[in-house]
Amino acid sequence: MSGATIRAGHDPYRIGHRHPELAAPDSTGHGEGGPAPQRIVVAYGFWIFLLSDIVMFSAFFATYAVLHGNTAGGPTAQQLFDLRNTGLETIFLLASSFACGIASLAVEQRNQMFTQVALLITGLLGLGFLLLELREFHNFILRGAGPGRSAFLTAFFTLVGCHGLHITCGLLWLGTMMAQFLAKGFRPYVERRFMCFSLFWHALDIIWVAIFTLVYLIGKIT
Amino acid sequence: MTGETPVPNGYDTAPGDRYEDTPGLAGGLRTYLLGLAFATALTAASFWIATANFIYAPAIPMALVVLAIAQMGIHIVFFLHITTSPDNTNNVMALAFGVLIVCLVIFGSLWIMAHMNHNMMPATALMRMQQ
Repeated sequence: MSGATIRAGHDPYRIGHRHPELAAPDSTGHGEGGPAPQRIVVAYGFWIFLLSDIVMFSAFFATYAVLHGNTAGGPTAQQLFDLRNTGLETIFLLASSFACGIASLAVEQRNQMFTQVALLITGLLGLGFLLLELREFHNFILRGAGPGRSAFLTAFFTLVGCHGLHITCGLLWLGTMMAQFLAKGFRPYVERRFMCFSLFWHALDIIWVAIFTLVYLIGKIT
Repeated sequence: MTGETPVPNGYDTAPGDRYEDTPGLAGGLRTYLLGLAFATALTAASFWIATANFIYAPAIPMALVVLAIAQMGIHIVFFLHITTSPDNTNNVMALAFGVLIVCLVIFGSLWIMAHMNHNMMPATALMRMQQ
Protein backbone atom coordinates (compact mmCIF):
# COMPACT_ATOMS: atom_id res chain seq x y z
CA MET A 1 0.00 0.00 0.00
CA SER A 2 1.20 3.53 -0.70
CA GLY A 3 1.25 6.45 1.70
CA ALA A 4 -2.47 6.94 2.27
CA THR A 5 -3.90 4.76 4.95
CA ILE A 6 -7.57 3.88 4.82
CA ARG A 7 -9.28 2.90 8.02
CA ALA A 8 -11.48 -0.14 7.68
CA GLY A 9 -15.13 0.85 7.57
CA HIS A 10 -14.33 4.56 7.16
CA ASP A 11 -16.63 5.87 4.43
CA PRO A 12 -17.05 9.67 4.70
CA TYR A 13 -19.00 10.03 1.45
CA ARG A 14 -21.18 7.01 2.15
CA ILE A 15 -20.31 5.43 -1.18
CA GLY A 16 -20.57 1.93 0.20
CA HIS A 17 -23.84 2.46 2.05
CA ARG A 18 -27.22 3.73 1.22
CA HIS A 19 -27.33 7.40 2.13
CA PRO A 20 -29.83 7.83 5.00
CA GLU A 21 -31.05 11.23 3.78
CA LEU A 22 -30.56 11.30 0.02
CA ALA A 23 -31.65 7.81 -0.91
CA ALA A 24 -35.28 6.94 -1.55
CA PRO A 25 -36.67 4.50 1.05
CA ASP A 26 -37.20 1.68 -1.45
CA SER A 27 -33.92 2.18 -3.27
CA THR A 28 -31.69 -0.83 -3.75
CA GLY A 29 -28.37 0.73 -4.68
CA HIS A 30 -25.68 2.49 -2.71
CA GLY A 31 -25.03 6.19 -2.19
CA GLU A 32 -28.03 8.15 -3.38
CA GLY A 33 -29.96 4.99 -4.04
CA GLY A 34 -28.67 3.51 -7.25
CA PRO A 35 -30.23 3.71 -10.68
CA ALA A 36 -33.23 6.01 -11.13
CA PRO A 37 -36.64 4.48 -11.85
CA GLN A 38 -37.14 3.52 -15.49
CA ARG A 39 -39.78 6.19 -15.94
CA ILE A 40 -37.21 8.91 -15.11
CA VAL A 41 -34.52 7.36 -17.32
CA VAL A 42 -36.86 7.00 -20.30
CA ALA A 43 -38.32 10.49 -20.03
CA TYR A 44 -34.90 12.07 -19.49
CA GLY A 45 -33.44 10.25 -22.48
CA PHE A 46 -36.37 11.38 -24.60
CA TRP A 47 -35.89 14.93 -23.35
CA ILE A 48 -32.26 14.80 -24.55
CA PHE A 49 -33.51 13.54 -27.93
CA LEU A 50 -36.02 16.40 -28.14
CA LEU A 51 -33.31 18.94 -27.39
CA SER A 52 -31.12 17.47 -30.13
CA ASP A 53 -34.12 17.66 -32.46
CA ILE A 54 -34.50 21.34 -31.54
CA VAL A 55 -30.78 21.84 -32.26
CA MET A 56 -31.39 20.31 -35.72
CA PHE A 57 -34.27 22.74 -36.24
CA SER A 58 -31.99 25.60 -35.22
CA ALA A 59 -29.78 24.80 -38.22
CA PHE A 60 -32.84 25.06 -40.50
CA PHE A 61 -33.84 28.30 -38.78
CA ALA A 62 -30.33 29.69 -39.30
CA THR A 63 -30.46 28.69 -42.99
CA TYR A 64 -33.84 30.36 -43.41
CA ALA A 65 -32.73 33.51 -41.59
CA VAL A 66 -29.67 33.80 -43.82
CA LEU A 67 -31.52 33.07 -47.09
CA HIS A 68 -34.94 34.68 -46.55
CA GLY A 69 -34.06 37.69 -48.70
CA ASN A 70 -32.63 35.69 -51.62
CA THR A 71 -35.78 35.46 -53.69
CA ALA A 72 -34.02 35.39 -57.12
CA GLY A 73 -36.66 37.70 -58.57
CA GLY A 74 -39.44 35.33 -57.44
CA PRO A 75 -42.24 35.94 -54.96
CA THR A 76 -41.25 37.36 -51.57
CA ALA A 77 -42.45 36.32 -48.13
CA GLN A 78 -44.65 39.40 -48.00
CA GLN A 79 -46.42 38.48 -51.25
CA LEU A 80 -46.90 34.80 -50.40
CA PHE A 81 -47.87 34.53 -46.75
CA ASP A 82 -51.48 34.66 -45.60
CA LEU A 83 -51.58 35.44 -41.89
CA ARG A 84 -55.17 34.26 -41.52
CA ASN A 85 -54.11 30.76 -42.55
CA THR A 86 -51.11 30.94 -40.19
CA GLY A 87 -53.36 32.14 -37.36
CA LEU A 88 -55.75 29.25 -37.95
CA GLU A 89 -52.88 26.74 -37.99
CA THR A 90 -51.58 28.24 -34.73
CA ILE A 91 -54.99 27.90 -33.06
CA PHE A 92 -55.27 24.26 -34.21
CA LEU A 93 -51.84 23.31 -32.93
CA LEU A 94 -52.20 25.14 -29.60
CA ALA A 95 -55.59 23.51 -29.00
CA SER A 96 -54.08 20.14 -29.95
CA SER A 97 -51.27 20.64 -27.42
CA PHE A 98 -53.84 21.53 -24.75
CA ALA A 99 -55.92 18.44 -25.61
CA CYS A 100 -52.76 16.33 -25.28
CA GLY A 101 -52.27 17.78 -21.78
CA ILE A 102 -55.86 16.85 -20.93
CA ALA A 103 -55.16 13.34 -22.28
CA SER A 104 -52.21 13.03 -19.89
CA LEU A 105 -54.57 13.91 -17.00
CA ALA A 106 -56.97 11.22 -18.25
CA VAL A 107 -54.12 8.70 -18.29
CA GLU A 108 -53.28 9.71 -14.71
CA GLN A 109 -56.92 8.99 -13.81
CA ARG A 110 -56.75 5.60 -15.62
CA ASN A 111 -59.93 6.53 -17.47
CA GLN A 112 -60.06 4.71 -20.82
CA MET A 113 -63.00 6.63 -22.31
CA PHE A 114 -61.66 10.04 -21.28
CA THR A 115 -58.19 9.10 -22.60
CA GLN A 116 -59.46 7.95 -26.00
CA VAL A 117 -61.67 11.02 -26.48
CA ALA A 118 -58.89 13.44 -25.49
CA LEU A 119 -56.40 11.68 -27.79
CA LEU A 120 -58.91 11.67 -30.64
CA ILE A 121 -59.41 15.45 -30.25
CA THR A 122 -55.61 15.91 -30.12
CA GLY A 123 -55.26 13.93 -33.34
CA LEU A 124 -58.10 15.65 -35.21
CA LEU A 125 -56.73 19.10 -34.36
CA GLY A 126 -53.26 17.98 -35.43
CA LEU A 127 -54.71 16.63 -38.67
CA GLY A 128 -56.49 19.95 -39.23
CA PHE A 129 -53.16 21.74 -38.83
CA LEU A 130 -51.49 19.37 -41.28
CA LEU A 131 -54.23 19.79 -43.90
CA LEU A 132 -54.04 23.60 -43.64
CA GLU A 133 -50.27 23.40 -44.10
CA LEU A 134 -50.55 21.07 -47.10
CA ARG A 135 -53.19 23.34 -48.65
CA GLU A 136 -50.80 26.28 -48.23
CA PHE A 137 -47.89 24.35 -49.80
CA HIS A 138 -50.12 23.21 -52.67
CA ASN A 139 -51.26 26.78 -53.21
CA PHE A 140 -47.66 28.07 -53.26
CA ILE A 141 -46.60 25.43 -55.79
CA LEU A 142 -49.60 26.23 -58.03
CA ARG A 143 -48.54 29.89 -57.97
CA GLY A 144 -45.08 28.94 -59.20
CA ALA A 145 -43.52 29.32 -55.74
CA GLY A 146 -42.33 25.75 -55.28
CA PRO A 147 -39.19 24.76 -53.36
CA GLY A 148 -37.09 25.03 -56.55
CA ARG A 149 -37.99 28.67 -57.27
CA SER A 150 -35.48 30.47 -55.03
CA ALA A 151 -33.14 29.97 -52.07
CA PHE A 152 -35.76 31.63 -49.89
CA LEU A 153 -38.41 29.09 -50.91
CA THR A 154 -36.04 26.13 -50.56
CA ALA A 155 -35.23 27.21 -47.01
CA PHE A 156 -38.92 27.86 -46.30
CA PHE A 157 -40.11 24.46 -47.53
CA THR A 158 -37.27 22.68 -45.71
CA LEU A 159 -37.95 24.36 -42.36
CA VAL A 160 -41.76 24.34 -42.36
CA GLY A 161 -41.91 21.00 -44.19
CA CYS A 162 -39.63 19.40 -41.61
CA HIS A 163 -41.99 20.57 -38.88
CA GLY A 164 -44.93 19.20 -40.88
CA LEU A 165 -43.12 15.88 -41.24
CA HIS A 166 -42.67 15.76 -37.46
CA ILE A 167 -46.42 16.41 -37.06
CA THR A 168 -47.17 13.58 -39.51
CA CYS A 169 -44.96 11.17 -37.56
CA GLY A 170 -46.58 12.43 -34.35
CA LEU A 171 -50.05 11.65 -35.72
CA LEU A 172 -49.00 8.08 -36.60
CA TRP A 173 -47.51 7.72 -33.11
CA LEU A 174 -50.74 9.12 -31.63
CA GLY A 175 -52.78 6.49 -33.49
CA THR A 176 -50.61 3.66 -32.17
CA MET A 177 -50.86 5.10 -28.63
CA MET A 178 -54.67 5.06 -28.84
CA ALA A 179 -54.56 1.46 -30.05
CA GLN A 180 -52.11 0.45 -27.30
CA PHE A 181 -54.22 2.03 -24.54
CA LEU A 182 -57.24 0.22 -25.95
CA ALA A 183 -55.57 -3.16 -26.42
CA LYS A 184 -53.09 -3.27 -23.53
CA GLY A 185 -54.59 -0.86 -21.02
CA PHE A 186 -52.64 1.39 -18.68
CA ARG A 187 -49.49 -0.72 -18.37
CA PRO A 188 -46.36 1.06 -17.13
CA TYR A 189 -44.52 0.73 -20.45
CA VAL A 190 -47.50 2.03 -22.43
CA GLU A 191 -47.67 4.99 -20.05
CA ARG A 192 -43.94 5.66 -20.55
CA ARG A 193 -44.46 5.69 -24.32
CA PHE A 194 -47.38 8.07 -23.92
CA MET A 195 -45.25 10.31 -21.71
CA CYS A 196 -42.64 10.51 -24.50
CA PHE A 197 -45.39 11.21 -27.03
CA SER A 198 -46.81 14.09 -25.01
CA LEU A 199 -43.31 15.60 -24.61
CA PHE A 200 -42.87 15.28 -28.39
CA TRP A 201 -46.21 16.91 -29.13
CA HIS A 202 -45.65 19.86 -26.78
CA ALA A 203 -42.12 20.36 -28.16
CA LEU A 204 -43.53 20.56 -31.71
CA ASP A 205 -45.84 23.33 -30.55
CA ILE A 206 -42.82 25.21 -29.16
CA ILE A 207 -41.09 24.91 -32.55
CA TRP A 208 -44.26 26.16 -34.23
CA VAL A 209 -44.16 29.28 -32.02
CA ALA A 210 -40.71 30.02 -33.44
CA ILE A 211 -41.91 29.30 -37.00
CA PHE A 212 -45.00 31.50 -36.94
CA THR A 213 -43.05 34.35 -35.37
CA LEU A 214 -39.77 34.24 -37.30
CA VAL A 215 -41.06 32.97 -40.66
CA TYR A 216 -44.63 34.20 -41.03
CA LEU A 217 -45.09 37.31 -38.86
CA ILE A 218 -41.63 38.82 -39.34
CA GLY A 219 -41.65 37.71 -43.01
CA LYS A 220 -44.94 39.53 -43.54
CA ILE A 221 -43.85 42.85 -42.05
CA THR A 222 -40.32 43.15 -43.46
CA MET B 1 -26.99 -0.09 9.20
CA THR B 2 -26.92 3.00 11.31
CA GLY B 3 -30.52 2.81 12.44
CA GLU B 4 -31.40 6.24 11.00
CA THR B 5 -34.76 6.52 9.26
CA PRO B 6 -34.33 7.29 5.56
CA VAL B 7 -36.02 10.46 4.34
CA PRO B 8 -37.89 9.98 1.04
CA ASN B 9 -36.55 12.91 -0.94
CA GLY B 10 -34.26 11.14 -3.36
CA TYR B 11 -36.55 11.03 -6.40
CA ASP B 12 -35.93 13.12 -9.47
CA THR B 13 -38.68 14.58 -11.61
CA ALA B 14 -38.98 13.32 -15.16
CA PRO B 15 -39.64 15.91 -17.87
CA GLY B 16 -43.41 16.03 -18.19
CA ASP B 17 -44.04 15.16 -14.54
CA ARG B 18 -46.06 17.78 -12.77
CA TYR B 19 -44.52 18.95 -9.51
CA GLU B 20 -46.30 17.91 -6.35
CA ASP B 21 -47.74 21.38 -5.67
CA THR B 22 -50.38 20.73 -8.35
CA PRO B 23 -51.67 17.25 -7.53
CA GLY B 24 -54.66 15.45 -8.93
CA LEU B 25 -57.12 16.19 -11.70
CA ALA B 26 -58.09 19.69 -10.50
CA GLY B 27 -54.49 20.83 -10.09
CA GLY B 28 -53.52 19.45 -13.47
CA LEU B 29 -56.51 20.99 -15.18
CA ARG B 30 -55.72 24.36 -13.60
CA THR B 31 -52.11 24.13 -14.83
CA TYR B 32 -53.13 23.34 -18.42
CA LEU B 33 -55.90 25.96 -18.48
CA LEU B 34 -53.49 28.63 -17.17
CA GLY B 35 -50.97 27.60 -19.82
CA LEU B 36 -53.61 27.73 -22.54
CA ALA B 37 -54.78 31.19 -21.38
CA PHE B 38 -51.24 32.63 -21.30
CA ALA B 39 -50.31 31.05 -24.65
CA THR B 40 -53.51 32.30 -26.32
CA ALA B 41 -52.97 35.81 -24.98
CA LEU B 42 -49.34 35.88 -26.20
CA THR B 43 -50.27 34.46 -29.62
CA ALA B 44 -53.08 37.00 -30.01
CA ALA B 45 -50.67 39.77 -28.99
CA SER B 46 -48.13 38.59 -31.60
CA PHE B 47 -50.64 38.57 -34.47
CA TRP B 48 -52.13 41.86 -33.31
CA ILE B 49 -48.76 43.63 -33.09
CA ALA B 50 -47.69 42.29 -36.49
CA THR B 51 -50.77 43.76 -38.17
CA ALA B 52 -51.12 46.92 -36.06
CA ASN B 53 -50.06 50.17 -37.69
CA PHE B 54 -49.77 52.45 -34.68
CA ILE B 55 -46.55 50.92 -33.30
CA TYR B 56 -43.12 52.26 -34.22
CA ALA B 57 -42.38 49.89 -37.13
CA PRO B 58 -38.66 49.09 -36.49
CA ALA B 59 -39.57 47.94 -32.96
CA ILE B 60 -42.08 45.31 -34.15
CA PRO B 61 -39.67 42.43 -34.99
CA MET B 62 -38.00 42.72 -31.59
CA ALA B 63 -41.38 42.84 -29.87
CA LEU B 64 -42.41 39.70 -31.75
CA VAL B 65 -39.22 37.89 -30.73
CA VAL B 66 -39.81 38.85 -27.09
CA LEU B 67 -43.42 37.60 -27.24
CA ALA B 68 -42.29 34.33 -28.87
CA ILE B 69 -39.65 33.70 -26.20
CA ALA B 70 -42.24 34.43 -23.51
CA GLN B 71 -44.66 31.97 -25.12
CA MET B 72 -41.96 29.27 -25.35
CA GLY B 73 -41.36 29.82 -21.62
CA ILE B 74 -45.10 29.39 -20.95
CA HIS B 75 -45.14 26.14 -22.96
CA ILE B 76 -42.07 24.82 -21.14
CA VAL B 77 -43.44 25.56 -17.67
CA PHE B 78 -47.16 24.79 -18.09
CA PHE B 79 -47.14 22.02 -20.74
CA LEU B 80 -43.73 20.36 -20.41
CA HIS B 81 -43.56 21.07 -16.64
CA ILE B 82 -39.87 21.95 -16.72
CA THR B 83 -39.75 24.23 -13.69
CA THR B 84 -37.24 25.51 -11.16
CA SER B 85 -38.14 22.87 -8.59
CA PRO B 86 -35.05 21.24 -7.08
CA ASP B 87 -35.77 17.80 -8.58
CA ASN B 88 -35.89 19.32 -12.04
CA THR B 89 -32.22 20.42 -12.08
CA ASN B 90 -31.07 17.77 -14.58
CA ASN B 91 -33.87 18.62 -17.00
CA VAL B 92 -33.15 22.35 -16.73
CA MET B 93 -29.41 21.79 -17.25
CA ALA B 94 -30.09 19.77 -20.42
CA LEU B 95 -32.45 22.52 -21.62
CA ALA B 96 -29.83 25.19 -20.89
CA PHE B 97 -27.26 23.31 -22.95
CA GLY B 98 -29.77 22.96 -25.81
CA VAL B 99 -30.55 26.68 -25.70
CA LEU B 100 -26.82 27.48 -25.75
CA ILE B 101 -26.26 25.41 -28.91
CA VAL B 102 -29.38 26.84 -30.58
CA CYS B 103 -28.21 30.40 -29.86
CA LEU B 104 -24.68 29.64 -31.12
CA VAL B 105 -25.98 28.12 -34.36
CA ILE B 106 -28.55 30.84 -35.14
CA PHE B 107 -26.72 33.99 -34.03
CA GLY B 108 -23.36 32.65 -35.20
CA SER B 109 -24.74 31.98 -38.70
CA LEU B 110 -26.45 35.37 -38.89
CA TRP B 111 -23.34 37.18 -37.65
CA ILE B 112 -20.94 35.43 -40.04
CA MET B 113 -23.23 35.75 -43.05
CA ALA B 114 -23.92 39.43 -42.35
CA HIS B 115 -20.17 40.09 -42.29
CA MET B 116 -19.64 38.11 -45.48
CA ASN B 117 -22.39 40.06 -47.24
CA HIS B 118 -20.86 43.28 -45.95
CA ASN B 119 -17.37 42.40 -47.20
CA MET B 120 -18.48 40.86 -50.48
CA MET B 121 -17.76 42.89 -53.59
CA PRO B 122 -20.96 43.60 -55.57
CA ALA B 123 -21.34 41.24 -58.54
CA THR B 124 -21.18 44.08 -61.07
CA ALA B 125 -17.86 45.35 -59.68
CA LEU B 126 -16.45 41.81 -59.74
CA MET B 127 -17.43 41.39 -63.39
CA ARG B 128 -15.78 44.69 -64.32
CA MET B 129 -12.55 43.47 -62.71
CA GLN B 130 -12.58 40.23 -64.66
CA GLN B 131 -12.85 41.99 -68.02
